[in-house]
Amino acid sequence: MNVNITFVSEMIAFVVFVIFCMKFVWPPIIAAIETRQKTIADGLAASDRAAKDLALAQEKATAQLKEAKAQAADIIEAAKKREAQLIEDAAEKAQAEKEKILAAGHTEIESERNRAKEELRKQVAILAVAGAEKILERSIDAAAHSDILDKLVAEL
Amino acid sequence: MASSAEITSQEYISHHLTNAKMCMADGGVAFNKACTDAGFWTLHVDTLGWSIFLGMVFLYIFRSVAKKAETGVPGKLQCAIEMIVEFVDDSVKSSFHGKNPVIAPLALTIFVWVFLMNAMDWVPVDLIPTLAGLVGIHYIKSVPTTDINMTLALALGVFWLIIYYSIKVKGIGGFIKELSVQPFGHWTLYPVNFVLEVVTLLARPLSLALRLFGNLYAGELIFILIATMGVWQIFGPHFLWAAFHLLVIPLQAFIFMTLTIVYLSLAHEDH
Repeated sequence: MNVNITFVSEMIAFVVFVIFCMKFVWPPIIAAIETRQKTIADGLAASDRAAKDLALAQEKATAQLKEAKAQAADIIEAAKKREAQLIEDAAEKAQAEKEKILAAGHTEIESERNRAKEELRKQVAILAVAGAEKILERSIDAAAHSDILDKLVAEL
Repeated sequence: MASSAEITSQEYISHHLTNAKMCMADGGVAFNKACTDAGFWTLHVDTLGWSIFLGMVFLYIFRSVAKKAETGVPGKLQCAIEMIVEFVDDSVKSSFHGKNPVIAPLALTIFVWVFLMNAMDWVPVDLIPTLAGLVGIHYIKSVPTTDINMTLALALGVFWLIIYYSIKVKGIGGFIKELSVQPFGHWTLYPVNFVLEVVTLLARPLSLALRLFGNLYAGELIFILIATMGVWQIFGPHFLWAAFHLLVIPLQAFIFMTLTIVYLSLAHEDH
């Protein structure tokens, strides 16, 4: 176990091996490891992000669905209101129309009655004259007795 | 166990603990016993050969994965390699907070290389020497980390980096100041501090080297001792000791790596 030239040779071998390892062995292997680690880390981060995105999207979808439901409810509500409004309006219009028609009818009836009254008066006058002629058996001079007739007509 | 009756177990053990040596002698290359006088200029060819072979295995496998590293779905080999790389990277990041392109590859090299060298401990102690003996190699120690040269080379490699980064981050003045102002706050005690801290600093590579060497050498020695018990040892003690090394081998590699990171991060800290 005496120290001799072997020691120097081994030291040279050691230095050569370390330099070779430093230049040609360590860098490629550690680079491969680190690249893979980065890839894996990126992949995990991406999947995390995707999961987060999914949760976010689901939340958004739920919110949108809710909103849509609310909108639909609003629309239905508005439609109902509008329907009621329309019905009310129609009823009002119909009422107004009815009243107008009724009013027109009344007026017409009134004028018809007046006309009939007039007609009747005239007829009554003629009848009265005819009746009186028959009673008197003679003709009455309508012109001479028009004052009596007029009085009669006015009394009717 | 060596089958021939003429060698004693002591010879057997010392045979297994002897490195294959190579040196220059008489103007040519000489081996083993001829090298007992070569001193410092002896080369442990088995340590060097196995360690470089295992280092090549490590770099070949990791480089082949690195070349076609897939950033999408990785293959099974890539997964395994990436597990190791990530384990080392986590260890570095947990104790070193600066930016330094050297520390992580250094830690990876130390961890895997030391692990592979330690792992040679699992190979039965007689297998490789017997096979080597067949081709005429008399001595071979197949666990490089049981050679103090190996562990010391690793530890001193780390030590130079500690010095280099200490000076680079703090400057020579800052480095000397850091060694002087602790642990005692008074200026008269700064020389004492300096001596203490230098000893601490020098103890780091030494403890790194000796811890690894001691653990593996002792483990190997006990494997050899168990091997002297005879053929039936394979079912009992050998198995248990090998199973125990499931802990020891990765643990020692891990400790060496972790302490390297800690020492280097201390070198980067500016007080």
